[in-house]
Amino acid sequence: MLTEDGLEALVGALLRRGYRVIGPTVREGAIVLDEISSAAELPVGWTAEQEAGSYRLRRRADRARFGWAVGPHSAKRLLFPPSERLLSVRRSRGGLVVHGGVAQMPPQALLGARPCDLAAIAVQDRVLLGGAWADPAYQARRERLFVVAVNCGEAGGTCFCVSMGTGPAATAGFDLVLTELIDPDRGQPSYLIRAGTPAGQEVLAELAGRAATPAEVEAAAEVVARTAQSMGRRLDTAGLHQVLTGQPEHPRWQEVATRCLTCANCTLVCPTCFCHTVEDTSDLSGEHAERWRRWDSCFTLDFSYVHGGSVRPSVRARYRQWLTHKLATWIDQFGTSGCVGCGRCITWCPVGIDITEEVRALRGPGGSA
Amino acid sequence: MAARPRRRPRVAVWKFASCDGCQLSLLDCEDELLAVAGAVDIAYFPEASSRMGRGPFDLSLVEGSVTTPHDVERIQRVRRLSRYLVTIGACATAGGIQALRNFRDVKEFIGVVYARADYIGTLARSSAISEHVPVDFELRGCPINKRQLLEVVSAFLAGRRPTVPAHSVCVECKLAGTVCVMVAQGTPCLGPVTHAGCGALCPRYRRGCYGCYGPMETPNTAALAAGWQRLGARRPELLRVFRSFNAGAEPFVLESRRHEEG
Ligand code: SF4
Ligand code: SF4
Ligand code: SF4
Repeated sequence: MLTEDGLEALVGALLRRGYRVIGPTVREGAIVLDEISSAAELPVGWTAEQEAGSYRLRRRADRARFGWAVGPHSAKRLLFPPSERLLSVRRSRGGLVVHGGVAQMPPQALLGARPCDLAAIAVQDRVLLGGAWADPAYQARRERLFVVAVNCGEAGGTCFCVSMGTGPAATAGFDLVLTELIDPDRGQPSYLIRAGTPAGQEVLAELAGRAATPAEVEAAAEVVARTAQSMGRRLDTAGLHQVLTGQPEHPRWQEVATRCLTCANCTLVCPTCFCHTVEDTSDLSGEHAERWRRWDSCFTLDFSYVHGGSVRPSVRARYRQWLTHKLATWIDQFGTSGCVGCGRCITWCPVGIDITEEVRALRGPGGSA
Repeated sequence: MAARPRRRPRVAVWKFASCDGCQLSLLDCEDELLAVAGAVDIAYFPEASSRMGRGPFDLSLVEGSVTTPHDVERIQRVRRLSRYLVTIGACATAGGIQALRNFRDVKEFIGVVYARADYIGTLARSSAISEHVPVDFELRGCPINKRQLLEVVSAFLAGRRPTVPAHSVCVECKLAGTVCVMVAQGTPCLGPVTHAGCGALCPRYRRGCYGCYGPMETPNTAALAAGWQRLGARRPELLRVFRSFNAGAEPFVLESRRHEEG
């Protein structure tokens, strides 16, 4: 068990090992992921109410650090950054001089990863490392990542990890895992902590904790059991592949197209969406060129541009592509669903389009939309 | 390696009805201006130099909209003199703020404002350059972003396609890691229907997007207007937000008309 002060010791132990510690912190009216240098920067006593298209920070009555679900950011930002330079090329007397390779960065420690975040990292691992060609930049960051997971003590209004089998308890993919236990009288948290890897064990040995009592272990189990009971959303996955791939002309696709902005927010906040584009630029002198990779989305026209035009000009085709790939053809391609039930796409859609509701409507009769 | 052909490309900068802000973006490229001046021969740029070179030009940058009969003739001449013609800014690409006249009777304005209406030669509408001549590329923004301007000039000089994506401002907002003001504050934002380019400047300062870059590639303005209404916006406000710098852009014209009285 760790006390509140034990969290500070944990951050200190990670910093001493040379990690950039990335953790949840309050900024711009949300709990985001950012570099932290002290446990004091964690969102003490904050929570967030989430609904389709809406997120509001709220004060809690206690001093919980992890009394909220997921925020707008995910581990994707750390492992697969929004944009990165792949190459730079300079013209010289002898020809072209090419600089490539992965930029050296300090290793990162992610504090506060949720079970669905761990599942999302596992999905991105399959996509970016699993095939014949591993992505070297992703791999370099991934291999050095240290993960402190936190079991969920509070389900968000848009969470449905139980439906996707990814939470609310972490089972794998962490170095250390915490469960936050709140003293009901004093509102003070303490933390049940467990190591998942030798690296985690090593850090744990440095922390001044004490062994948990059987009552505390039981209380921690109750925390996640309670969270599992309070999911904000659910998604019925039975026969889903056929529902999505078997009805390309279902009227609901057209109906959702009248509401969808093709703004791409859903795909960019999704912790598993990995699509990107590669952009080449040259400077005015024509002596220097660069190649950049940046996040892209199946909601942009350029994304499906082939000679002469875009393959998916209609909103209907783009929304159908996103939902069908995410929940059905992803399984054909990577052996896992592309959705971990984090609810980010629901909360952060500016007009509150809810994938669980779209699936429900697509299960309905063709005319019910 | 073959030596590059070293006749410096000749560039001209033209002004039509506009505030000069976009041309100033070019002057504002302080660090880059030397590189610009080294790479190209700025043969015609009255804003910056008294030198009035004659055509033809390899690249013409055109700022401003067409508002007078004289403009209509002059843009034809600019087109004839230019190998590539790139329009810059909301005036040149969508008619600018002065396109507000398109929704009113200009003759009536002239009668109210000027003593001698017959001295005033003006058109009923303010229109984008592309309504009059073929345009090779339209760079949006009010004002344009200087980084994008350098990208467009560099691309035309290198004979490649400019990297100027037409997706929503939201994409830039998310790349920057900014928290969405619409979702987290309930602040109405035009980002989802607005063309990227500014780097989501206003959301980074916790304000909604004003639509300076005009409509994005597939703007669903009706769905966004419905979202604004759920956040409490009323029709006069919706009319106003779609009638600003890009009032003359077709998707914004149609959306603003939906919120007119009556
Ligand atoms: S599809 Fe939505 S709920 Fe599923 S993982 Fe992506 S953002 Fe989360
Ligand atoms: S579903 Fe929502 S977030 Fe996704 S593109 Fe459509 S409007 Fe944007
Ligand atoms: S703040 Fe505006 S631009 Fe940014 S994601 Fe939200 S709606 Fe889009």
